[in-house]
Amino acid sequence: MASAITTLAADTPTLSAANTGFMLICSALVMLMTPGLAFFYGGMVRVKSSLNMLMMSFVSLGIVTILWVLYGFSLAFGTDSGSVIGWNSDYVGLSGIGLTELWDGYTIPVYVFAVFQLMFAVITPALISGALADRVKFSAWVLFTALWVSVVYFPVAHWVWGAGGWLFKLGVIDFAGGTAVHINAGAAALGVILVIGKRVGFKKDPMRPHSLPLVMLGAGLLWFGWFGFNAGSWLGNDDGVGAVMFVNTQVATAAAMLAWLAYEKLRHGSFTTLGAASGAVAGLVAITPAGGCVSPLGAIAVGAIAGVLCAMAVGLKYKFGYDDSLDVVGVHLVGGVAGSLLIGLFATGGVQSDAKGLFYGGGFEQLGKQAVGVFSVLAYSLVVSAIMAFLIDRTMGMRVAEDVEVSGIDQAEHAETAYDFSGAGGGISARPAASHAPVAAANKKVDA
Amino acid sequence: MKLITAIVKPYKLDDIKEALHSFGIQGLTVSEASGYGRQRGHTEVYRGAEYTVDLVPKIRIEVLADDDDAEELINVIVSAARTEKIGDGKVWSVPVDSVVRVRTGERGADAL
Repeated sequence: MASAITTLAADTPTLSAANTGFMLICSALVMLMTPGLAFFYGGMVRVKSSLNMLMMSFVSLGIVTILWVLYGFSLAFGTDSGSVIGWNSDYVGLSGIGLTELWDGYTIPVYVFAVFQLMFAVITPALISGALADRVKFSAWVLFTALWVSVVYFPVAHWVWGAGGWLFKLGVIDFAGGTAVHINAGAAALGVILVIGKRVGFKKDPMRPHSLPLVMLGAGLLWFGWFGFNAGSWLGNDDGVGAVMFVNTQVATAAAMLAWLAYEKLRHGSFTTLGAASGAVAGLVAITPAGGCVSPLGAIAVGAIAGVLCAMAVGLKYKFGYDDSLDVVGVHLVGGVAGSLLIGLFATGGVQSDAKGLFYGGGFEQLGKQAVGVFSVLAYSLVVSAIMAFLIDRTMGMRVAEDVEVSGIDQAEHAETAYDFSGAGGGISARPAASHAPVAAANKKVDA
Repeated sequence: MKLITAIVKPYKLDDIKEALHSFGIQGLTVSEASGYGRQRGHTEVYRGAEYTVDLVPKIRIEVLADDDDAEELINVIVSAARTEKIGDGKVWSVPVDSVVRVRTGERGADAL
């Protein structure tokens, strides 16, 4: 099989069946992360809004896929103009791409690269939704998602990963999306919640997760899918870097989970399942930008630091009074910033690139570049997302009515109930529905 | 006739069922309930946020009995449910006017 593998160093790369197959599997793995995220978030909300939480993630698979095919891929990965945005009319509708046309400099077809990157664009707005639990109109969310990926995600993906993107040219390292995905989504979440405000009863009513097993299931699916997200981001594995990324993904996640559990045991007295799941996700987030330039021991450090930092950060919302419902800021923004900046400390210079971090004799140069990447994406996403939420709120309204929020958004927005417990006391409603005459008649017969 | 209602710890349900069966009780009704007594609730922690959960899960058992059996039946339930720890629950009885067995239409003590 060795003959089928071409090296990246070759002057003219030829199509690699191995890399192409690997990347298609990675694309499917990243796709699975979005339903995984839906479960992770869905289990964490109260039962009355669990379907809405699932749907906010799931619908992104619909909206973003279509926009990506129509113009998203072209904006993010088309020919650069001005280092801020791309465009390539061949990519519009993905209609001008040859079957075996290779992604520039790599051994995989453009189609494969396009579908792999699509899955990243799908999950990023879904990440935001966790901060908006229980209270956002579904139609407003759909509109926000479409606007947000168009104005924030597609350009930022271009900045970070597009050939000619300004952060890419600057030398900011973001292996798989610490900046473009996690800081981007976390900052957007903060921007939106500052505009739309808290849930009814925030800090007063108990808002316990309705299903921690669902949260664990979601965290497990995220962890599994994340191997595609991270290892796949090298777009092939001819030089072993993707394999290092795979290993570091596992190692950092393990360290972060243990660090979170240790922190909460010391601080709050118990090892919780929510802590284990949250710690794992914090580790996955932090290693996402950094996994390609640290050693496995460095990955332990990155994971452990992120695990403790995020565990501390999730308490901040109570201190400052912003309702980051499921800790998108506390886990994704803080974890993404930690991972991106830790590159500046722990980069060995021996894996993905020769850039060395402070602890490996590289001085402050890479740390400075990472800081520019972090704060420019953070600021852009925060400000634009807040403006977007403000405009939607002023026109169609972002939030459901207060009584809807209290009685549960699932029934009002989706006309469904997550779990049918009719065996334990529910059953057919005796109350006739005004708009459904036959049902009303049937109920009347039962009453008589 | 009397209706005896017992609010007990969920894990004592099997012991109580066993004891009632030995006493000769043929049927009972069980439902899941929640509430609190003097022990109040308990504390849970989610990502560092502590919640006081007031309502504790309990089991409600309802049994119909003849007036003559009622006191002894209450004793049977109480001794089976007792752990001598806080939160063991309560048992009470109220008079019942009439009872009908739906299948046969039997009434009163015959319907028990």
